[in-house]
Amino acid sequence: MASVKYTDEHEWIRVDGDTATVGITDYAQNQLGDVVYVELPKPGQKVEKGKQAAVVESVKAASEVYAPITGEVIEVNQALVDEPATINSDPMGKGWFMKLRLANASELDGLMDEAGYKKFVEGLH
Amino acid sequence: MTSADSLKRTPLADLHRELGAKMVPFAGYEMPVQYPTGIIAEHQHTREHAGLFDVSHMGQIRLEADNFNAAAAALERLVPGDVAGLQPGRMRYTQLTNPAGGILDDLMVARRGEHLFLVVNAGQKEADATHLRDDLVGRARIETLFDRALLALQGPSAAAVLMRFDSRAAEMGFMTVADLSIQGVPCIVSRSGYTGEDGFEISAAATDAVKVARLLLDHPEVKPIGLGARDSLRLEAGLCLYGHDIDETTTPIEAGLAWSIGKRRRTEGGFPGAASILEQIAQGPTRKRVGIRPDGRAPARENTEITDLKGGLIGKVTSGGFGPTLGGPICMGYVLSSHAAPGIEVQLVVRGTPRSARVAELPFVPHRYKQN
Repeated sequence: MASVKYTDEHEWIRVDGDTATVGITDYAQNQLGDVVYVELPKPGQKVEKGKQAAVVESVKAASEVYAPITGEVIEVNQALVDEPATINSDPMGKGWFMKLRLANASELDGLMDEAGYKKFVEGLH
Repeated sequence: MTSADSLKRTPLADLHRELGAKMVPFAGYEMPVQYPTGIIAEHQHTREHAGLFDVSHMGQIRLEADNFNAAAAALERLVPGDVAGLQPGRMRYTQLTNPAGGILDDLMVARRGEHLFLVVNAGQKEADATHLRDDLVGRARIETLFDRALLALQGPSAAAVLMRFDSRAAEMGFMTVADLSIQGVPCIVSRSGYTGEDGFEISAAATDAVKVARLLLDHPEVKPIGLGARDSLRLEAGLCLYGHDIDETTTPIEAGLAWSIGKRRRTEGGFPGAASILEQIAQGPTRKRVGIRPDGRAPARENTEITDLKGGLIGKVTSGGFGPTLGGPICMGYVLSSHAAPGIEVQLVVRGTPRSARVAELPFVPHRYKQN
């Protein structure tokens, strides 16, 4: 059973063994508005927890997407490049950004679970 | 930081919330940036049907003197536009200029009988009123009407909708102004806008604003549109946003606004910055505002550096984003005049990477104003 964790920068990470899928949350896509462009890392690239891993742009502005954990990019969702609006329509599913090989599973401990993230988002209003 | 408490509200603030708007601070006001359908849908709705925009944050000003000629002569001290040549019920676009020829604000000036009716930008309205009062003391009376509401009804269906309330709307030409009645509410209506589409700007008393907005929104062609789509519509239409594409450091000539300076004003001068502006008309400016289309999908935002193909800096982006009607990124900026012709290849440095782009004709999307 894969578990989903969340960052306070509104990324989600679904961990399955030593690999993890990363995307942005429904709250994040809603805040961004219509996504028109995405810039993904390259497979093989190393990303570092809390550092920029991708760029997502809405009609209004560009935003950075941070790596929730340190690891190596093993796959990116190339379909997003042609259909960036998928991030709006299915942020937790088809709108995934990248898959990572975890460098240090203990980094996951500092992330929020679903209930914790829900509370965090409610606190933003 | 502006706290939410200190933000001003337009008469439509509660209606925006009721309609599900996302409210953001803009020019000291709490304004709707988008409604639940989102910017792209709002943009396309305006191009295909009609959109209703709350632009009550903009400043409405009445300028009066002993008669029209005196009022026009007074305002012409501060703007390069031909105000004296305005016929009753006609309006023009012009700029308040500084002694260096820079732009303090851009504005619409309408002749209403013997007085002038001005619409200025929200962020500049207090400064504009002070500037007008200081310079025109003893020449003209300035009355700020900042409490009045201003609604823009824009899009190909706008005229058909407004006609249902007042048949005179149909006869109005582009850049004319008239007193119309919207179910008994007296409105000052101009056939103008900021989207490149046919449309109207409707000025009403604050207490009537919600009634007018609801009456217009009752028509299926009309949807509420936020500031987000207002920006993407005006960018596609190649229209300047004050504080971005034009400011105190840019002249009307560099900005490609020479068309707004009539022949008489070019001959006579007599406005702030006339020496440098007339010199630029004669010699050509060293830099020009242009449209630019990136080759790829990556938008180039304000302040993105523009280089030639060898990497030499030739200018900067002043407005940039995504054009929903074009389905791709678009921007405007200033480049050296040597690189200002449509088709010239340039580079946009986005996040440190030069990306190919080319200078494009403005507007990106053809204007569809009412043909007079």
